[in-house]
Amino acid sequence: MSRTARLLLFAAGASVLAATFVAGTFGMPEFGGSEHLYRDLAVPAAVAHHTANVVSAVNFDQRAIDTFGEETILIASTLGAVTLLRPSREETVRRPPDLGHTLESTRLVGYLLLPLMLMLGADVVLHGGITPGGGFQGGVILATGLHILYVTGSYPTLDRLRPTGPFRAAEALGGAAFGIVGAAGLVGTGAFLDNFLPFGSFGQILSTGTVQVLNIVVGVEVVGSIVVLLGAFFEQEISVRKRSEASR
Amino acid sequence: MSVLPYLVAGYLILIGSYGIIRSHHLVHAVVCLSITQSGTYVLLLTVGYQHSATAPVFGSTTRPSTDVVDPVVQAMTLTDIVVSATVTALLLALTVQINKRHGTVDPDELIALRG
Repeated sequence: MSRTARLLLFAAGASVLAATFVAGTFGMPEFGGSEHLYRDLAVPAAVAHHTANVVSAVNFDQRAIDTFGEETILIASTLGAVTLLRPSREETVRRPPDLGHTLESTRLVGYLLLPLMLMLGADVVLHGGITPGGGFQGGVILATGLHILYVTGSYPTLDRLRPTGPFRAAEALGGAAFGIVGAAGLVGTGAFLDNFLPFGSFGQILSTGTVQVLNIVVGVEVVGSIVVLLGAFFEQEISVRKRSEASR
Repeated sequence: MSVLPYLVAGYLILIGSYGIIRSHHLVHAVVCLSITQSGTYVLLLTVGYQHSATAPVFGSTTRPSTDVVDPVVQAMTLTDIVVSATVTALLLALTVQINKRHGTVDPDELIALRG
């Protein structure tokens, strides 16, 4: 299809979509209004399970099975990306030369920031049920925090301190543990992913039942996934070369 | 202007799709897809917003009786972002492979190669 034909087809579809969207917009409840039916159901349900962070309650308690599906998407697409990025037969992995040098002060900042980032990430994961944050957000902070070693140091430093093997295992274990917690609910109360643990007292770290457990499990899995994903892209860019180029 | 946020969401979805249609580079197309997806975040958060309500996280200063914005759409936005990020990674990995196999990442040239 030529570019013009494609643009015309898009213009036709887009104008119909735009017209219906705008017409629908004027029939929507007013922006910022006080009528929220789902909220009125979700908030009491979260409070009944002593979960202070209602978003976590929705994700890991009320809609936990959807989050299980989301976990599976995360694992599947990480697997897909890593499979696509693995070195092919015409390629070889070589140790990248330790090119470039880093200022001592930059390196110092990296070493100071690394523990802080890891602590912040762990804090966000562990308090997922009671303060803003959770397994997904904290997992991303932890995984990107590790990569401060690349920004302030070099790729070999990162490679030494972040072997991908354990992270691959972490990803798989996180995914499996979510299913195990779900199955434990099935055994305990007869419903998959049911919140079967004691709810504790509102606002304490040991409250919310399975929400905190699932947050930690998801945190582990997200750290694994992101480290493995970024690792695959890094390897592709930095250490994978065509055999013909590598021999030169 | 109580409909403006809805229109912003619609605009993002359309402009992102327009970008994909006339893209000359697969990475550009992937970024445009992310913009389209941002439109869905804006739409979801718009649906759940309430004036002078606070975040749906309770504590010593926010009692459970206070007005909060809709946590359900926020949770859906979180799901949306996670899926969007992983799909972006998968598409970028595909782009790397396509570049290696065909030596080009222009969608038009890729069609020409096959035909």
